Amino acid sequence: MTPLLAIGLAPLELEPLMAAVTRRPADGRGADGAVAVFLGLVRNHNAGRSVSYLVYEAYEPLALRSFERISAEVTAKWSGVRLALHHRTGRLEIGEASVAIAVSSAHRADAFSACRYTIERVKQIAPIWKREFFEGGDVWIEGATADPDDEVARAKAERAACA
Amino acid sequence: MRITVRLFARLRDIAGAAELGRDVAPDATIGSVWRQLVSEFPDLGDYERSISSAVNADYARMDQKVRDGDEVAFLPPVSGG
Repeated sequence: MTPLLAIGLAPLELEPLMAAVTRRPADGRGADGAVAVFLGLVRNHNAGRSVSYLVYEAYEPLALRSFERISAEVTAKWSGVRLALHHRTGRLEIGEASVAIAVSSAHRADAFSACRYTIERVKQIAPIWKREFFEGGDVWIEGATADPDDEVARAKAERAACA
Repeated sequence: MRITVRLFARLRDIAGAAELGRDVAPDATIGSVWRQLVSEFPDLGDYERSISSAVNADYARMDQKVRDGDEVAFLPPVSGG
């Protein structure tokens, strides 16, 4: 059975995530009215550079804990939603998926918002790094300083999610 | 006491190792472990204001005390997604 939260080398597929979030216990079956999904892809250009491929590295046990934290934040904010979040590591070619998210909910607004919130939080607090290999060199991409307790960052993720 | 230090992404490149065993004082904190590393690998100093840290795969603050056998991780700014 597909775990709701995962990180590893395996290629990502949306279908098992969608199945996982709509597989509800008997008393909740049929209650979902929407599934929102997000797939993050490796793009062929970044900051004016022509990208060849990316290599993702993670501190996997902490990444999983971060996913659990994000999942708890999501279910606290949008009651009744169910979240699946998988991130890939290792070398990824252009066009391949690096992150996959599926959220089920009774109504579409919550599904869209929770999905957007999740990707924003992944970018803020998941201990994952991408190394970009481009024509002429390579560089570690460095984004946000990860601090799960930073309420300003969390509020920013909520705003992005129109929550 | 002895701890294991884990380094990721560019921090790992700077130190030339993903994992280092280090002896630290009994009153060591994550911050003192970091300063010890910076004196060993001065280029790590660029990350003074932007790193995060974790102990035994849980986010932790720099003033947290470390214990014998702990795994202390230093994380440069993240870029998942």
